[in-house]
Amino acid sequence: MALLSAAAHADLYRTVRLIRRFEERAVELVRAGDIVGGIHPCTGQEAVAAGVCAALRADDMITSTHRGHGHVLAKGADPKRVLAELAGRTTGLNRGRGGSMHAADFRLGILGANAIVGANAPITAGAAWAAKRAGDGRVAVSFFGDGAVNQGVLLESLNLAALWRLPVLFVCENNGYATTLTVADAVAGTITGRGEAFGIPSTTVDGMDPVAVLDAARTAVDRARAGGGPSLIECVTYRFDVHHTWEHRARVRYRPDDEIVKGRSRDPLEIQGSRLSDVDRERVDAEVESLVDDAVAFALSSPHPDPEDALDHLYATGLRGRPGDGR
Amino acid sequence: MPWLSYRKALNRALGDELARDPAVFVLGEDVRVAVSNVTAGLLGRFGPERVLDTPLSEQAFTGFATGAALAGMRPVIEFQIPALLFLAFEQIVNQAHKFSLMTGGQTAVPVTYLVPGSGSRAGWAGQHSDHPYALFAHAGVKTVVPATPEDAYGLVVSAIRDDDPVVVFAPAGALDVRVDVDFATLAPVPLGVGRVHREGSDVTVVAIGHLVHDALAVADELAGEASVEVFDPRTVYPFDWDGLAGSVRRTGRLVVVDDANRTCGIAAEVLATAAERFDLSAPPARVTRPDGAVVPFAPALDRAVQPDRDQLATAIRKVLKD
Repeated sequence: MALLSAAAHADLYRTVRLIRRFEERAVELVRAGDIVGGIHPCTGQEAVAAGVCAALRADDMITSTHRGHGHVLAKGADPKRVLAELAGRTTGLNRGRGGSMHAADFRLGILGANAIVGANAPITAGAAWAAKRAGDGRVAVSFFGDGAVNQGVLLESLNLAALWRLPVLFVCENNGYATTLTVADAVAGTITGRGEAFGIPSTTVDGMDPVAVLDAARTAVDRARAGGGPSLIECVTYRFDVHHTWEHRARVRYRPDDEIVKGRSRDPLEIQGSRLSDVDRERVDAEVESLVDDAVAFALSSPHPDPEDALDHLYATGLRGRPGDGR
Repeated sequence: MPWLSYRKALNRALGDELARDPAVFVLGEDVRVAVSNVTAGLLGRFGPERVLDTPLSEQAFTGFATGAALAGMRPVIEFQIPALLFLAFEQIVNQAHKFSLMTGGQTAVPVTYLVPGSGSRAGWAGQHSDHPYALFAHAGVKTVVPATPEDAYGLVVSAIRDDDPVVVFAPAGALDVRVDVDFATLAPVPLGVGRVHREGSDVTVVAIGHLVHDALAVADELAGEASVEVFDPRTVYPFDWDGLAGSVRRTGRLVVVDDANRTCGIAAEVLATAAERFDLSAPPARVTRPDGAVVPFAPALDRAVQPDRDQLATAIRKVLKD
């Protein structure tokens, strides 16, 4: 494992801590009715976002999933504007048009979270192809879950990326469940085997440890920048909370209690926190708390969009369709 | 003046746009060899980096185009058969089309989806003969169905230059149309603007794609008994409602001929809009494929489900009599 400076360890911890506290506060806002539609919290899985994004340049690109707040925050999005987006406010990243599952910030290379499992894979490949063609050394990361490895479009995209040696990182966040279906009940063969079948270097890492993830991501990023093509990293992780906040009310049960206890016993926050001095850790915690407090205050005090503007941005060219009221 | 075929017009539009804008590139199945003829010569002129042969992975290469567009390129995808759009529907309608709104206007997705040989090609049976332009119109994706070589050229050029996704259906029934044209007059045709091919005073026939030529033939046939105006919307979404309103104001009667299944088709939308907005002096009529049609293989059966000239003539006569 790479030797990191104290500052680098603190940065990784800060990202993990930010995502954790952001998600916990977001869940509270869902319960309070300030975020409608619910969210897919990524608590427990923060190390993947933190580790991968720490290996990236500011101009690198990512695409994300329905469980995407962590990726977006780790890539540098302003927590205030992410939370405002979740709350559907005009100050949100997407002006309140995307919500939790579509958060995007193109200035930061965040090409959008995506609500269709696996759909971001070919989009990432296309963006990576454009970057390769421009010769600017940028790489593109596709984050996806274990559910996506059974989507045909992901397998097609692995083939394209390998065939054309595209600078892509395929990062599988294996939290053991596609909604409620276990990997054992859903995945024949292995996740890395899918990459290997296309000649893509594929590794499995401890997805609870941001440093382990960072190590693997650096190797993959270096390979991609050097023209060596795509890599696949399977990050084994565990989701601490529900698939979707709907479950807080629906009370569906599909994970054994002892598994949950065991899964939670390896907490990325503690794993990375243990690498900081107590003083540094407390300092970062205080910084993050203040960031998240500001984000909540900003989101809740931001204006709601005007219903008159519901179809703004439908077309990049400004085309307006006919209204739906018979006028 | 030289002859320009519809196929050659598509080819010329692609070549001109590739030459004009380095962000434009073409991808699809067998486009380097140019199995459809539409991409003939492009590999030699522009090289393999701008003319990409893809594996048979329609979902991936359609999504790939979205990603390339998000990163500043202007992809043109050739689909060999119209039914491949069903495979890529998620990537076009649910991804490319929705990015602008969902990102709050942060990005555009300028992809052109070109289907040379849409509709029946005679003898290609159930899975190669669809004409699903109404699906895209319903979803709000810009959709054009050019009838003539000069419009094919002009609409493809406009589609490529447009910042939104655009689907271009080039009907198989129009691919062999040729016109005698001065190439210097070829120009972009704006999306959403229809064209009156023939002026008339008794009835407006809205004809889509290759059926424009059938409508013109029927108008000639009926010249002794009726003055038929032939209106070609050229773009089915956004539709040129003002242009059609102007035509119907002159004629007061309306017939639509549309080579697609009847329920929820473009003909249905035209008639609904006419009921809401137009002052007709007789009930309108439409000639379409039957409800839910699957094109059968045998040639006589294939023809039986497509609108034909006799049906159109009958519909016109009925509307004139009412």
